[in-house]
Amino acid sequence: MVAPAQSRTLFDKVWASHVVAELSGGVSLLAIDRHLMHDLEAGAIIQRIADRGLKPHNPELTFGVPDHAVATDPRRRANSTPNSERLLREMKEGSDAFGITYFDLDTEGQGIVHVIGPELGLSQPGMTIVCADSHTCTHGGMGALSFGIGATEVAHVLATQTLRQTKPKTMRINLDGKVAPGVTAKDIILATIGQIGTGAGRGHAIEYAGSAVAAMTIDERLTVCNLSIELGAKIGMIAPDDTTFEYLAGRRYAPQGDMFDRAVAYWRGLPTDEGARFDVEHTIDVNRIAPQVTWGTSPQDVIAVDGRIPDPAREIDPQRRSAMEAALAYMGLAPGAAIEGTPVDWVFIGSCTNGRLSDIRAAARVVAGRKVAPNVRAWVVPGSEATQRAAEREGLDKVFLDAGFEWRKSGCSMCAGVNGDIIAPGQRSVSTTNRNFVGRQGPNARTHLASPVMAAAAALAGRIADARKIG
Amino acid sequence: MRARSGDTMEKFTQLGAIGAPLMKPNIDTDAIIPVKRLIGYQRHELGAFALEPYRFRADGSENPDFVLNRSRHRAAKILVTAENFGCGSSRESAVWALMAYGFRCIIGPGFGDIFTNNAFQNGLLLIRLPRDVVDPIADELASAPSPAMGVDLEACTITTPAGRKVAFEIDAERRQALLEGRDEIAMTLLRDADITAFQQRDRAARPWIYETTPRLSPAA
Repeated sequence: MVAPAQSRTLFDKVWASHVVAELSGGVSLLAIDRHLMHDLEAGAIIQRIADRGLKPHNPELTFGVPDHAVATDPRRRANSTPNSERLLREMKEGSDAFGITYFDLDTEGQGIVHVIGPELGLSQPGMTIVCADSHTCTHGGMGALSFGIGATEVAHVLATQTLRQTKPKTMRINLDGKVAPGVTAKDIILATIGQIGTGAGRGHAIEYAGSAVAAMTIDERLTVCNLSIELGAKIGMIAPDDTTFEYLAGRRYAPQGDMFDRAVAYWRGLPTDEGARFDVEHTIDVNRIAPQVTWGTSPQDVIAVDGRIPDPAREIDPQRRSAMEAALAYMGLAPGAAIEGTPVDWVFIGSCTNGRLSDIRAAARVVAGRKVAPNVRAWVVPGSEATQRAAEREGLDKVFLDAGFEWRKSGCSMCAGVNGDIIAPGQRSVSTTNRNFVGRQGPNARTHLASPVMAAAAALAGRIADARKIG
Repeated sequence: MRARSGDTMEKFTQLGAIGAPLMKPNIDTDAIIPVKRLIGYQRHELGAFALEPYRFRADGSENPDFVLNRSRHRAAKILVTAENFGCGSSRESAVWALMAYGFRCIIGPGFGDIFTNNAFQNGLLLIRLPRDVVDPIADELASAPSPAMGVDLEACTITTPAGRKVAFEIDAERRQALLEGRDEIAMTLLRDADITAFQQRDRAARPWIYETTPRLSPAA
């Protein structure tokens, strides 16, 4: 069957509705609806714009929040890490001078930029959203076209409210089937990366579709889209539906009243048309996915928790073989061994991947009434101030504290390595973050990526454990 | 009339300058500016460390064999290179370091993608020519009585040290930006009428995008 000419993908629709002009060399000038800034470079870039005598084109469309460099110690102040005092001061002063909304520490807007965007209703379907961070693809879970940009592009967005972009190809990943008990969105996306590889999405805008996606909550969709960059794709999106609209209704920056109804009517036109063509399609059988845990130093180095660590000797590709050998040496693991039972020193629950209220609730259900193993240091770092307060209203902080966890303030913490929260050399963590790269959580730190319930199970057992057996 | 953009980029029209041949392929941005130099130095100070691993020996003394340390090429503003110059890590400071050293133009068979964008953003002209056209220019820089050469961006020609004219091609918008001393921000601001018109149309179609006053009470 030939698709009707007007059949378009979600991505195509959002892209086309933002083209201001077509430039030479296949580059489009795209309008940007939301620009999010974080603390690492915001102050310096605002200063660069001011130095050239420019002003922000649409300051009302830019929002700033400190997250990367901030300490997460419960008694933190703006100056509690060596970098953060200057970074936060410059960002706040620059934002005030430019009329940019700045969500300060200890207010209900502060948090990891990719957590607060959806939480505040800033991130909405059909928007273009950019931020100087590669995990900006997270907001695609709201049905937005959202991607990370570099410092020069941040200046361009501030000054013009546009970006020069080359249109990527399209890819659809169909996640079909029913999720087994104990299996989470994190496991689904890790298994997907394991099956198709960290380079599969390069140059593509991904749309996740299928029955498993339709059944997901917004938090779960955000987790899936968050890891798009670990598939090599700058952009990952999920079509907006009633779940999305219900999530947005009543949020602080969501449209209100009649305007909300008008927006919903527009949003309903965004999903991919039947018969629309993608450049590449993959289908993943969700029924067969078990809880995942990584064994190596790339997110694609992932197996089911009841699986065995792969043996490089069986790998035919010599380059892949030596990468596997190097990963196992770094991780201190033996080929062929079971991953379950590997002793751990640290457990970290948080980050823009898995630091949302539903993640904290799920981990709390595993932890409730139990104790962290004596050999383990375990942290919960809520993804935002609002998440933290909501969790505390439910008494979840008590659940974790009683079990022996530390309950901390929101920020990127152990996922960013730029705020003092790191793991000692040679120590092993189970972490709900997104990157198990060499040195990501500190020099020579060994990271196993997993879901919040798997991280909670590891904290209790003192070793990598199957969350399904604890329930 | 002065553009509203400020002037962050020096114009590039014609350049007569010393050239230096550096015919080693795959010189990456780590070699152009080592990561340890990115902390504690201003942009304009990075010239002292441009190509540091080649220019200096482990003890910090100059490597007398390196082309930029020979009196003939020390004042070079034009670099002639081999394939894939500027590959590797995406750091914009690689371009800043080369420009702070004094380079305004690099001629070679190909450049790293991100490096290319960063170069044109900062007013560093990259000229792509096939290797068999680049090699004779490099040879002339080494052998001609004077290593002086010319680059004319208006005419899109290079004058080699031996006095030959070599034509080159370049993206039209990038050429215009360099001739006028405008970076992408300045080029885009020339289209501000388009941006404003887009926003007016879009505001009618999607008014909620532009209404960003929050509700009074924070949502839970």
